[in-house]
Parts: sequence; C-alpha cells; structure tokens
Amino acid sequence: MGKFIKKPNDLMQIDYKSPQTDWMDTPADIREHMYLHPTKAKELGAVDFPNIHEWKPADKNWNLPENWKEIVLNGIKERLQKYRSFHVFMDICVRCGACADKCHFYLGTGDPKNMPVLRAELLRSVYRKYFTTGGKIFGKAAGARELTDDVIRELWFYYYQCTECRRCSVFCPYGIDQAEITIIGRELTNLLGLQPGWIGGPVANCFMKGNHLGLEPHTIKSNIEFMLDDIETITGIKIEPTFNRKGAEILFITPSGDLFGMPGVYTAMGYLMLFHELGLDYTWSTYASEGGNFGFFTSNEMAKRLYSKIYSEAKRLGVKWILGGECGHMWRLWHQYQNTWWGPPDFMEAPVSPITGTRFEHASSAKVVHIAEFTADLIKHGRLKLDPSRNDHLKVTWHDSCNTSRGMGIFEEPRYALKNVCNHFYEMPENTIREKTFCCGSGSGINASENMELRMRGGLPRANAVKHVHDIHGVNTLANMCAIDRASLQPLVDYWVPGVQVAGLHELVANALVMKGEKERTTDLRGEPLPQKSAQKSGGKEDAKDV
Amino acid sequence: MPHIEFQGKQIEIDEDGYLVNLDDWTKEFGEFMASKDGLALDNARWEVINFLRDYYAKYQIAPMIKILVKEIAKVMGPEKGNTKYLYELFPDGPAKQACRYAGLPKPTGCV
Repeated sequence: MGKFIKKPNDLMQIDYKSPQTDWMDTPADIREHMYLHPTKAKELGAVDFPNIHEWKPADKNWNLPENWKEIVLNGIKERLQKYRSFHVFMDICVRCGACADKCHFYLGTGDPKNMPVLRAELLRSVYRKYFTTGGKIFGKAAGARELTDDVIRELWFYYYQCTECRRCSVFCPYGIDQAEITIIGRELTNLLGLQPGWIGGPVANCFMKGNHLGLEPHTIKSNIEFMLDDIETITGIKIEPTFNRKGAEILFITPSGDLFGMPGVYTAMGYLMLFHELGLDYTWSTYASEGGNFGFFTSNEMAKRLYSKIYSEAKRLGVKWILGGECGHMWRLWHQYQNTWWGPPDFMEAPVSPITGTRFEHASSAKVVHIAEFTADLIKHGRLKLDPSRNDHLKVTWHDSCNTSRGMGIFEEPRYALKNVCNHFYEMPENTIREKTFCCGSGSGINASENMELRMRGGLPRANAVKHVHDIHGVNTLANMCAIDRASLQPLVDYWVPGVQVAGLHELVANALVMKGEKERTTDLRGEPLPQKSAQKSGGKEDAKDV
Repeated sequence: MPHIEFQGKQIEIDEDGYLVNLDDWTKEFGEFMASKDGLALDNARWEVINFLRDYYAKYQIAPMIKILVKEIAKVMGPEKGNTKYLYELFPDGPAKQACRYAGLPKPTGCV
C-alpha cells in the first residue's frame, strides 16, 4: 500500500452531488487509505473468529466461504429474534432525511452512502427482500434487493465508515440508533471472516494478556515505574502504588493506551499523583488491565467475553467498588450493557467516595464510577489544593467524547474540573459539543494507520470546530477523557489545525495539583517550563513549602 | 500475504512491510530493508535498533517512546535524548520505521 500523501487542500474538495445512477446500481468504490487491513489468522491466538481466511479488500473476489449467503441470512434471522431494537430499526425509518447531513463521515466524504439513512438502507434492503412480504413480492419497487457478494463488499466498506457515535440518532425523530445497526452489520460480515486486523488483534491480545496492547504484567509494572521516576523528577515526591492487592477498597481500571501511548501516559501520571495525594486505598490490576473493549466493535458476545475479567478480578481482590479511568466506550458498556449481560454484581457496594463521603447513586447498580465524576466531586468539596496558573500556558477547549457525553450525559463534571484547573477555557460552537459533539472520526476500532484518509475526512467536522476556537481565541490544547481520542485526535489536529496539542483531563488536573511536600515545580508533566508566575499567584507555591 | 526476495529466499512480510516471522530477521536483512528506503544504518541507528530488539525480547512489545528517548540519552548523550533527534534518524517515525528494520511487528500505538 502506498503512503497517504493527500494534503488538506485535496481533501477539502468534497463533492456533495449525488451520482447519476440509483444507489443500488452504484457499486462501492473500495480504495486505499479508506479501509482497514484484514485480520491475519496468526494474530488471533487465543480467540476464535469464524471463517478467518486470506483476502484483500481491493480484490474482486474475497474468498468467501461456499455457503456465505446462508450464513448471512441465518445471521440476520437470529439477530432479528434476539435483538428487538434491531428488528424495530429495520422497520420504522420513514426516510425523512433528518440524519443525512449530521454524520461526520458524510460531511467529510460527500458520499451519499455515508448518510446514516442510506447506510442503514444497505442492510434494510436485504432485510426487506428476505424477511418481509412486501419485499418478497415487489422487490426493488419496495426497496428490496438480492443479497450478492457485491452487497457484502458494500456493507463491509461502509459499516467501517461509521464510528457508532450516534450523532445521527440525536436528530432522528424516531430515535433510530444507527450504532445498533452498524454493530449488527459488522457482526454479519464477521461471520464470513471479514474481521479487520486492527480490531481482531487487540481483541486477541486482550483475551490472552488482559489488555489490547498485549502488555504483560511485568511490562505494565515497568511502564508505571518509569512514570513514577518522571513524577519524582518533577515534584520530588516518590509514589509507590500497589498491584493486584487483595483487600484494597477500590480497583482502578483504565485503557491500556494510558500505560503506553502519548499523550496517554501523562494522563496516567495524573491519576498516580492524584491518588497519592488523596492517600486513596486502591490497586492496579495486571490481569484486568484494560478499560476499553474492542470486542464491542466485533460482536456483543465478544464484548461480554472480554469484560468478564473485570468483575471477576473485583471479586477476587475483594474490592468495594471500581474506579474507571478516562475512557469513552468503556463507559457506555459498563452502564448500558453490563447489567444486561450479568445483572448487577452482588459482591460489591454502592460506590462512596472515601474522601468526601459522596454516594454515587447512579452507579449503585454497576458499581463503577468515572474518574471525571470522582474528581469533580473532590473539587466541589474543596478537597484539592489547586494552582490553575500552572496551566496558564495552555488555552484549552473540551472535546466531548461521544460515548461519555451523548451516550452517558457526562457534560458538566469534566468542564467543572477543567475550569478549576485552567484559567483559559473556551467552548467550541454549540452544535459541535455536548450531545451534539462531533466524533474524532476514529472511534469504534478504526484508529489504524492504513485508513488515514478516512480518519482525516471523518474527523474534519471536529477539527473544523477546533480551528474555529484556535483562530479566535488562540486555543492550543484540546482536552478530552477518552483513550481513543488521545491517540487519534493528535494526528487529526496536526493535519487540519497544526499548533494544537491533545491532553487528557487528569494531565491538566495534576499540573495544577499542589501536593503535600512537593518541591517547587519548574515544568509541567511534559517537561515543558511552567509559565512565569505573577507575584499574586505565588500563594500555592508558598503553601506547598509549608507542609 | 506479500513476500520480499532477500538472498535468494522469499521472506514473508505484511501489508506494511513488517516481518511476519520474527525468526527470519538477520542484521543483513535490516540493512537491506533500510537500503530500500535509501537509508544506511550507521552506529546511531543500530543503537536504536539493538535497543528495540533487546527490549522486545524482554517485554514482547516495543518500548513506549519515552523509554526509548531516555535510553538514547543515556547511551548517546543527553543532547540527543529527544524525539527530534530520533526523527532525524528515522524520518517516518522512530517506532514505526525502526521496528520495521529491527524485524519487530508494527507498533500498535494506542488502542
């Protein structure tokens, strides 16, 4: 595959004109830099995916199993019976088009098949043909079509051009959840062995080693120790966290990207500093070492399989509740799927902050609290000593991650924390944040490198809003609380809005956190010199020396 | 699966040019892969590649970039302990490009 060399000016030439031919007669143009590489059987190791075989997306022949049609039709039938939501969403769309221009992939590609209504129609047309009387009798006139291998190619191509972000659902008068349709569409193509490597690889790693990256226990420990050295250099404070400790009050789980990638490690340093300052009775786990769940981007069954280790680890260690790090889809899974899979766990307690006494009522069933809620509560109760001027070199805006915001309604907590740790905070335009936030363009397991054109196109609406506040207010920091965001937004803004850095919430919290016994800080967590302080704001420094 | 011919043998690589079987690697193969990109492997580059291979043997993953930077500072001097220097050595990215010459799998970055 050649290198992706298109420049922003090339990508901005978006043609929104519809093709001359009817959509059913317009074949998918499957081209380089717009799709993920297939899984290699070798990568999968411990997990079994059906019908994994050699194939190339650009080829005409995908070497499908002989009875592929039967597999797909049975797959649809089974899922219609199992998921009421899927059945309803196959039936109720009136094709009003309210969703059409709400999708970041449509806005970034101009391809009508990225209008959520038409993307769903790719599968609905098959549903009508084989599962409705009207479709069986009237065929194309009733919006039905034969299932052919071209249809499979099209489904595969476009269902990995949807990040399951659900922005379209906000505008749908029926509340059709496109993510649920995409999830099923992906399950169906996966039955034929059309699993992308970027998703299948992390799934296998997670099943075998506990996390997507394949970090083994000694690697996790060594990476965290490396961060502790840096923290000691910056603050003079030596931190000694525990691993796999039975009897801890809280089990802390975060995406493994925070333990490996940039800028995620700065966020992880932030967690370590905050917990140390609080004297929190918590433990890391090297077994349940992944907050994210790429199984969710493959099938519901695989998502369940990967997450089973979290509750079992909580039980083994005997913790009272679980604190989750800065992750996006982890959040929706924990609160909207886990209870359906297993029911509420009966071996933990409703989470109560040991520092403030706040009982997190909304988490009393899943027993899991998001760290943004936890930290906002600490600040609200005045339990953290903060010097926001240490972030004065940063002009910050907030990217709402789709799953925490649109999915879970966590709008205010991170903003409250941010405004307390930064003096310069600016919102992006109203229709691009909160429940209407624009996706990073790389969620749901498509944050690979071979599909860079797709990612840059899908992320264009988000980047455009960042550019707006960058141009007007000089924003240079894009904060967020999702590991996929941290990994994928940096290349996005480097491409569209150079001069902006991506940071996790707790990196900024820890920059501002005045710790007991710390030495005078001269750099932020990245080792960048701190801004010159005005005499007025030196209070935090002086106080810190006293203790 | 694509192959590349080296010393009369067909070596299996993936779509992005990374070795499929780690045991197929030799020093000469690393030099050959670099020469295809118009790059000669000098001492500084070998320092990086050798460190990556040693680290991989111990941890079954490439090191996070911070660890690599610190190691290079230790070996090559503090003025070279930065990502800018590593990018001078490996313009396509120290992790991505150096791993390819070191015969390691493509770094997964962050998922």
